[in-house]
Amino acid sequence: MSSNPYKGYRDPVLSVLKENAVEVWSDVELLTDQGEFKGIILPRSETSDAKHVVLKLRNGYNIGIAFNRIRSIKEIGRKEAHYQIPEKEFPRDPKKPNVKLLGTGGTIASRLDYRTGAVIPAFSPGELYGSVPELADYCNLDTERLFGVFSENMGPEQWIATAQAIAAEIQKGTHGIVIGHGTDTMHHTSAILSFMVQNSPVPIVMVGSQRSSDRPSSDAASNLIHAVKTAAESDIAETMVCMFGPTSDQYALLHRGTRVRKMHSSYRSTFRTISDIPLAMVDREKITPLRQDYQRRRSDKNVTLNTAFEEKVSIVYYYPNMKPDIIDSLIDNDYRGIIIAGTGLGHVNKPLYPSLKRACDKGISVYMTVQTLWGYVQMYVYETGREIMQLGVIPAANLLPEVAYVKLGWALGQTKDPQKVKEIMLTSIAGEITEREPYDGYLIYQGGIPEVVEFLRQIKR
Amino acid sequence: MTELMKPFEQMTDEDYAELGLQSGLEIHQQILTEKKLFCRCPAGHYSTEYDAEILRHMRPTLSELGEYDGTALMEFKTRKEIIYQINRHTVCTYEMDDTPPFEINQNALEIAFQIAMLTNFKLVNEIHIARKQYLDGSIPTGFQRTTIVGVDGFIPYKDRKIGLIQLGLEEDSCREVSDIGHRRVYRADRLGMPLIETVTRPEMHTPQEVADVANILRWLVKSSGLVRTGIGAARQDVNVSITGGTRIEIKGVHRIPLIPLLIYNEAMRQRSLLLIRDDLRDRGITESTFKSETADVTHLMTNTQWDPIRWALQHNEKVACVNLKGYSGILSYPTQTGKVFSKEISDRVRVIACLTRLPNILTSESTEETIGSHVWNRIRRQVSATSQDALVIVWANEQDLQTAVQEIIIRAREATIGVPSETRQALEDGTNGFERILPGPERMYPDTDLPPLEFPPERVEALRKNLPPPIWERRARYKLFGIPDHLIIPIAASPRALFFDRLIESNNLSPKFCARIFFEKMVAWRRRNFPVEKLTDAVFSEFFGKIASEPSLLPNAERILRQFLTSDESLATIMSTFSQISISRDEISTALVEINRSEPPNSQQPEANARYFTGKLMKRFQFRLQAKSILPVVGEFIKNGRKS
Repeated sequence: MSSNPYKGYRDPVLSVLKENAVEVWSDVELLTDQGEFKGIILPRSETSDAKHVVLKLRNGYNIGIAFNRIRSIKEIGRKEAHYQIPEKEFPRDPKKPNVKLLGTGGTIASRLDYRTGAVIPAFSPGELYGSVPELADYCNLDTERLFGVFSENMGPEQWIATAQAIAAEIQKGTHGIVIGHGTDTMHHTSAILSFMVQNSPVPIVMVGSQRSSDRPSSDAASNLIHAVKTAAESDIAETMVCMFGPTSDQYALLHRGTRVRKMHSSYRSTFRTISDIPLAMVDREKITPLRQDYQRRRSDKNVTLNTAFEEKVSIVYYYPNMKPDIIDSLIDNDYRGIIIAGTGLGHVNKPLYPSLKRACDKGISVYMTVQTLWGYVQMYVYETGREIMQLGVIPAANLLPEVAYVKLGWALGQTKDPQKVKEIMLTSIAGEITEREPYDGYLIYQGGIPEVVEFLRQIKR
Repeated sequence: MTELMKPFEQMTDEDYAELGLQSGLEIHQQILTEKKLFCRCPAGHYSTEYDAEILRHMRPTLSELGEYDGTALMEFKTRKEIIYQINRHTVCTYEMDDTPPFEINQNALEIAFQIAMLTNFKLVNEIHIARKQYLDGSIPTGFQRTTIVGVDGFIPYKDRKIGLIQLGLEEDSCREVSDIGHRRVYRADRLGMPLIETVTRPEMHTPQEVADVANILRWLVKSSGLVRTGIGAARQDVNVSITGGTRIEIKGVHRIPLIPLLIYNEAMRQRSLLLIRDDLRDRGITESTFKSETADVTHLMTNTQWDPIRWALQHNEKVACVNLKGYSGILSYPTQTGKVFSKEISDRVRVIACLTRLPNILTSESTEETIGSHVWNRIRRQVSATSQDALVIVWANEQDLQTAVQEIIIRAREATIGVPSETRQALEDGTNGFERILPGPERMYPDTDLPPLEFPPERVEALRKNLPPPIWERRARYKLFGIPDHLIIPIAASPRALFFDRLIESNNLSPKFCARIFFEKMVAWRRRNFPVEKLTDAVFSEFFGKIASEPSLLPNAERILRQFLTSDESLATIMSTFSQISISRDEISTALVEINRSEPPNSQQPEANARYFTGKLMKRFQFRLQAKSILPVVGEFIKNGRKS
């Protein structure tokens, strides 16, 4: 453990610990004005106050004792916690496919942090096997920890490194790739990887969890098993997101990496394919494709890697009464690309026009997407749309705003020519723009309606 | 074999002392809040109707100190499919573990602190929410959010103190609907309701003492008016050990009067298991020398006519036989009233291997008509059994059969060490059955979703000011008031006790009179199915207030309330009709003449007639007359030959 024997404690309580010659992990008898408490002193979260000592009682409970009520503390022993999963070497079977798990961080690989009392990314992939032995039923698993970052800290540097690691694995002949990732920005990463790694001969499956793996109800094990099965056995050679389908623990959905989005802050079944249907369902026994228009697995080791990326790109989420200074500041800060998430079919207010014109005239690529998420941009329907197009703003079909953002960065990384950027942006490379929206591409059941109530009564969601 | 223990009724305190009986309690009591503990769903709304079902599985995880918990591993072996029935009005996404917890219900927290003060606990200055693992699925997260508000409390009992280890505030779990095979169904309405858990030290020495202490604790919290009452609002767990035995937790005792027999039976079971251990030791069988042998005997069963196995074979199940070397006679050793050791094995197989269809095992010591002796002989040859050995036969699908065989061996081996650590389930007949392996402190870890919360001294003091007096003080006071003995506990333990105290104080009424109306009559009326819920605190305040200001209503008090319960009239209207009126002599005389004409008395006795006419008059004037004011008029009327 760390060298600091007073982990997280600050004055005034720190002085009390020092005066009594006790440290974190001391087993103590602590006398207060109310009487005696017995237990082990635990580290304190750095975001908690500096007035209480945390004591782990014999019964396993933790309590806090206020420093100014402490009379004396006597150390009677020490007990340091060792948080470890029995680590086992992954059994190898030459008949099984080889799958590589690349770790980026996030709650699929996490444990408790005593300092903050929070969950931090820290399970080594080896430990992961120790806790999910079922993985050996499907493959020989190798693991590599690329980085350990929360998903909000993923950015171009990590995207490029991940893409490179994937390409290297493909060239080595790995049968499938799983990427452990925090869920918050999983859809950004799945989109950019879809562009950076093209023509993969094998499945590239992104997976995470909505309930951390330190809890019994975690979806981590289930998601991981489904992702590994997909990587090992599926013939869908695309970049996908594999996460809980319904909130019930039944099957996972495989979403195309460019059409998927996290849609609920906490549900297990948070990922949804937007304006389309998912690629497939997967459970422990089988993978059931829901459509046929996907890239098939191949036996070669060829892959196209293109990790170009321009970072000076932004998303502007439009709101009524938005002032032009928002756009101006992007222009003045040398941004090269702007994605607007407009209202309705792709609209913003008139006061923004001069600034948008200035941006386009300056050669900044400005694209319109919709904040409704579902549906296409259509800027001919209303006068407003036509006016905005006149300024040079380009409608981006049904690119999701986040997908348009990473794609624009990728396109601008390849060329400075706005015309070429436009070509790249509006040509669908990995299913990010679809020609048609199926009638069941937009389904959000409205709860409370009798037939929906009836449906939910019969079907476990 | 000699008798294990005297019959229950003949056991004395000395007998229990000789056994070294030690027993403690865990009392779970729902507290009275409008909403649940960590979300804003309403608390206390139960319904068997549900709108949707959610399916989940549970996996064990590491505790904060880094070890797998025994119970966790056991539950994982059982591989259950858990179904939650949810009703939109009582369950939100929090209970289904799809939303992080909201801040703790402050009202619940204050109640927990108040009860901790009433029971003399040392209070915690800062609460830390912990997660206590429950992998049986009774909580969808796989853990119960729980926090301790006090440690080391006590209550007075006889001439001593009973120590209380801790008082916790926690979420209630789901209600189990069914548990068949690999599928367990729960109803989620109760889930997340706040409850307090009070844990006593094992300082009770006889079964009756345990029941007494359970009652005191129940009355104490009930009378605070801060807790829920009614079926399922309070549940007891009882811990039992005897000298040489193990602390066994018996869960889910719904009724306190059942406690003594449960403890007796558990003491007997532990004594029996210790005798079995000694017997095995005498045979040279210990944990390290224990031997068993297992064989697939499916092929020997093809012609069996015994239903359970025939059914199994028809469903393509397999049959295995475990030979427990040197165990002859052990399986039929009595353990509890009407139960033998093989029941311990059967229970484990039922719970852990999910073989819920009974019987789930057959032993060579069964005295019932089962499979034929020639089949037994072939089985014996197959597993090379001698007359010293005992056989257990079990049947199931291949996967469950493996678990079952392992579990049979585990439980049989545990017989060599005595009483295994278990959580057991209270049964209606006073015996108990296996529920799960006793969980240890390893199943606790901090809840990372919620930060610690300071409970400052000012808040403690504010609560302390409004604390109701503890039950033992109130009992002494009622005695002083002259309230009849049989009413003292019901009043002191009633959730309306505080209101009752206020009533007598503010109205200066006879406590005896109030007690009779408030408790005795209420019970009687409830039994007669009167709508006693109409008698709210407000109604009683009005009623007793009026009586206090108009004592002449006193003789009609019961009548007034009865009329209130059985009619639609307001209390005020009813009471005004009972108010005393003054009626002139003439009116009374006229009434007497009328009564004499329409319903003349049968008797010729003047005294009987006087009583007769007085009664009739009272009825006619709705008891609003004072008997003594009309007696002279009636007397004169009779003297005058019933003429006015």
